[in-house]
Amino acid sequence: MTATRDRIEATLRKRYRRERLFRFFGLVSLGISFLFLLILLFTIFRTGLPAFQQTWIKIDVDLDPAVLGVDRHASQDELFGANYAKAIKVSLRKIFPDAKGRKKKRGLKNLVSNSAPWQLRDAVMKHPDLIGTTHAFWFLAKDEVDVFMKGRIDRNLPESDRRLKDFQLAWIDKLLAEGRLEKRFNTTLFTAGDSREPEQAGVAGAIMGSFFTMLVTLLLSFPIGVAAAAYLEEFAPQNNRWVDFIEVNINNLAAVPSIIFGLLGLAVFINFFGVPRSTPLVGGLVLTLMTLPTIIIASRAAIKSVPPSIKQAAIGLGASPVQTLFHHTLPLAMPGILTGTIIGMAQALGETAPLLMIGMVAFVVDIPHGILDPATVMPVQVYLWSDSPERAFVERTSAAIIILLGFLVVMNSAAILLRRRFERKW
Amino acid sequence: MSIQTILLTLVALLLFSYFLGRKRSLRSVKKGRGGDKLHSRPAYYGYMVALWAGIPAVIVLLLWTMFQSQIVTSLTVAGLPETMQAESQGGHGLVINEIMNLADSGMVAEKSDPTLKAAAEHYLRLRGISHQAIAVLALVAAVIGMLLGLRMVRPDTRARNVVERAIVWTMLGCAAIAILTTVGIVLSVLFESLRFFHAVPITDFLFGLTWSPQTALRADQVGSSGAFGAVPLFAGTMLISAIALAVAVPLGLMSAIYLSDYASPMMRAITKPVLEVLAGIPTVVYGFFAALTVAPFIRQAGEALGLDVASESALAAGLVMGIMLIPFISSLSDDALSAVPRAMRDGSLGLGATRSETIRKVLIPAALPGIVGGILLAASRAIGETMIVVMAAGLSANLTINPLEAVTTVTVQIVTLLTGDQEFDSPKTLAAFALGLGLFVITLLLNIVALKVIRRYREQYE
Amino acid sequence: MTDVLPTMPGLPTGETVVDDTPPMTETREEFDVEIKGTVGAPFVDDPKMSARHSNVFYGEKQAIFDVSLDIGRNEIIAMIGPSGCGKSTFLRTLNRMNDTIPICRVEGEHCLDGEDIYAPDQDPVLLRARVGMVFQKPNPFPKSIYDNVAYGPRLHGLARTRAELDEIVEKSLVRAGLFNEVKDDLHKPGTGLSGGQQQRLCIARAIAVDPEVILMDEPTSALDPIATATIEELMDELKSRYTIAVVTHSMQQAARVSQRTAYFHMGKLVEVNPTNQVFTTPQHQLTENYITGRFG
Repeated sequence: MTATRDRIEATLRKRYRRERLFRFFGLVSLGISFLFLLILLFTIFRTGLPAFQQTWIKIDVDLDPAVLGVDRHASQDELFGANYAKAIKVSLRKIFPDAKGRKKKRGLKNLVSNSAPWQLRDAVMKHPDLIGTTHAFWFLAKDEVDVFMKGRIDRNLPESDRRLKDFQLAWIDKLLAEGRLEKRFNTTLFTAGDSREPEQAGVAGAIMGSFFTMLVTLLLSFPIGVAAAAYLEEFAPQNNRWVDFIEVNINNLAAVPSIIFGLLGLAVFINFFGVPRSTPLVGGLVLTLMTLPTIIIASRAAIKSVPPSIKQAAIGLGASPVQTLFHHTLPLAMPGILTGTIIGMAQALGETAPLLMIGMVAFVVDIPHGILDPATVMPVQVYLWSDSPERAFVERTSAAIIILLGFLVVMNSAAILLRRRFERKW
Repeated sequence: MSIQTILLTLVALLLFSYFLGRKRSLRSVKKGRGGDKLHSRPAYYGYMVALWAGIPAVIVLLLWTMFQSQIVTSLTVAGLPETMQAESQGGHGLVINEIMNLADSGMVAEKSDPTLKAAAEHYLRLRGISHQAIAVLALVAAVIGMLLGLRMVRPDTRARNVVERAIVWTMLGCAAIAILTTVGIVLSVLFESLRFFHAVPITDFLFGLTWSPQTALRADQVGSSGAFGAVPLFAGTMLISAIALAVAVPLGLMSAIYLSDYASPMMRAITKPVLEVLAGIPTVVYGFFAALTVAPFIRQAGEALGLDVASESALAAGLVMGIMLIPFISSLSDDALSAVPRAMRDGSLGLGATRSETIRKVLIPAALPGIVGGILLAASRAIGETMIVVMAAGLSANLTINPLEAVTTVTVQIVTLLTGDQEFDSPKTLAAFALGLGLFVITLLLNIVALKVIRRYREQYE
Repeated sequence: MTDVLPTMPGLPTGETVVDDTPPMTETREEFDVEIKGTVGAPFVDDPKMSARHSNVFYGEKQAIFDVSLDIGRNEIIAMIGPSGCGKSTFLRTLNRMNDTIPICRVEGEHCLDGEDIYAPDQDPVLLRARVGMVFQKPNPFPKSIYDNVAYGPRLHGLARTRAELDEIVEKSLVRAGLFNEVKDDLHKPGTGLSGGQQQRLCIARAIAVDPEVILMDEPTSALDPIATATIEELMDELKSRYTIAVVTHSMQQAARVSQRTAYFHMGKLVEVNPTNQVFTTPQHQLTENYITGRFG
């Protein structure tokens, strides 16, 4: 007996070392997920947070009627057509008289966003009295100036490697010294649609597109999903081949790659049914098919958890199965169903691949106003911007991700709260 | 009449039918036709009449949406001059597209080509007629249905049973959408794939070693298709998926084990949400992160080691995809491990095994089918994952197993082939559907096997 | 663990109890009898294992109250009592199986050969090898019969060669009385055996690591009577080599196999005496109520 004991004792050290090593591997595995999440969030926030600020540039614009080509008594139509770009150009040259030669002149123009003339136009059309005076206006700065102001362009790089040339840097320094450059909260990001110019680009179009797409998805997938789940749980005949087949299909569809749903949408909804491309309607239809399995599976679990005694009580009082379902089972299962629905909607909100197939990847400037307007959605906007070469789009991509993650956090917290609040033990 | 107006009118008509049916049922009792007591509550008679009005109208509308575009298009083609008809039958649909675009752009008047202009106007006119016709047809169907329904309102009519039967059938229809979706997927990828295999022999597709669909210079060039050998794409997909699984399986499994067997409740309360957050991050974010941070990092690290790393290396995409899969594997492994009866664990511990020995020698072997099922599901996800590879993997089809080189995947090619302005009938776009078919078949097999394995495993311990 | 919450079935009201011992209330009597320490002979000379003032808690709930008991060498001690009385919990403190339940806390002194098994320098792995355990439900691993029995020896490095391992496996199966039934099927899965064979396989698995004490937690409750009889015979044979503590639901089993019997009630040790004495002349009212079938 002691022989056995000695033998065992001899192995113990090695075995405990293995035990510690195993435990350590487990900890490391978790740590890697943790670390990755931290790095990801850190990177996204570090690159994305500056995008919530935007550089503005102050120019004293000489609204000379001769330059504009209109005077203050001109009609609105004439005011609309006036040459504001020239007024800005002239005023800029006044600040920087050293801007001679083609290269420098273009460099000068590239300090200010090309939206400045429209901005000026709107101001003048509101107050035609300004014509003939010199007035200080704040304009959006060009994206490169913005990026520089945020310290993302190293001025020690050789000039050829920089988008901003030495003379432009000198001008920016001068503007800074004169207090003509200012960083403000970036409202454009939340009010504008997409644009080729980073400083004018915003996610409002994508947010509205996502909103309409989610609306279509919710309105279709929730009733259909709940009805399907209720049928399978409460009305479907047992051991029926068709019912089994439906179940197999649902489980399998939950695991079909999302891009396949995009192909389905392209071939069936767009090419066969003629649903217009790029619209929240077709996006919502595709996402409905993707979300349905999630909602059905969650709803079935919720309906199953309603104790049969309650259903039997209702049936016993003379309620029909359909009445029992609508009066008792569904209301009691609703928290679980809603939780599943929110989770499904959160997945749909982050989905990108199938929407690329059905044209929601189009460049859409206008903010959509309905489910038949061309639109894009938040994750696709992220994809589009991430593909753009401009540096300023990198930070905007991250900013869009932050906003998207914000929506997802809100939705998932709602799901968790709902689950906690209505968690019921029967 | 626009669709919205038709729908609104229809809804109004349904409400009207409901009230009419309800009222009539109440009156019928007073008059004592067929009995002096209603079989169902009055509201059910209202619903019944509304159903009678609604169902025919909805059927008419559905049929119309299904077939109107085809009918209108073919009528437009029929109205074209002979020469153009022949051209549009050539299989490109180019002419039709042009006409439609012209009509939709609202600039018909400015178009110079008189035939196209006439065709576009013809098309618009036909569409207008079709809209008018459907409005009339749907509303007439609704009114006739309503009248028929009203005749059914008698006290002995079992209105509740009728309504409830309709509800149950509707629910069955909703459940059957799952089948319809699968059928839709199969048909849509299959048909387009068959057309593709007319243009490109299936053997070239399955066994060809080069993939370069980008040689068609002009969209209308017939037979200018490039090389459509899909082997490099599937090889690239497998390479990236293998890297992803090599990362995700050990890390996910160990995370699940640590969480269930070692972590303190505090630790569990912190780490579970972290995994859930990782699982909830959209893949486009992972893709952006892979392209922005991970790929450059790997490239730099490789350079520091004297290795030549492509900037869109398979390794970067695979690593990030692996991280994405960790929560998935971890939660499925957790399910599988916790299904092993406690008696197994006790039996092993009672013999003097350490915890890790119990896990390695008893729990994992016992849970192996469940874990393998989970890994198969994860593999299916890795193969079908799109955004990470679109953003972080390459476009050129390299046939290599070197993870430091750039490879492309099936999903990347589907996206590249189908985004941008493509003619729908060109071999390029059809190739995307053939790739989709391959992807669907592979993932379907994996899913079915995985779900079956997991199901059988669960039943074993129930 | 099922024995956490004491469920106390009361005597059905209205049943007449003819009782000549001191007047007791007819109903709910078990609640009225106070348990003042343990009656009988809980202690023996030179015990193999001993417990002194053992208290076990599951979180806030106390499951074992101040139990002191000795287990003598090469004896079979039976622990009986109604469900939830704590007998299984007590058994599990003897090889520190309770350590695997996070909320469980053990107080008191528990010794094996005079060494405190809960001492900081004591190793639970070694302890569990020395004090083996057989569980209520047969729990063979999903491995072959051979691998099931070889599991412990392999873990603990008890065999240096394949031949040694073969020998251990064969010896253990022989001692568990299973060898003749399975000698041709050693590489078939252990889960394919019948319930009684599975339980004997688990016993073989336990004795393969050459333990000093075997704890058996209702080893026959999941078996049919014939399998039960086989296991009981086996226990009788095993007692020449091992010390055995068996928790049982069946008083007949306790009477058949054990030398001493301990009666537990609501987490307290009520009475310990030689088995025939417990079943013929119980000292405590509660013991008598139990063995006469008034509750349990």
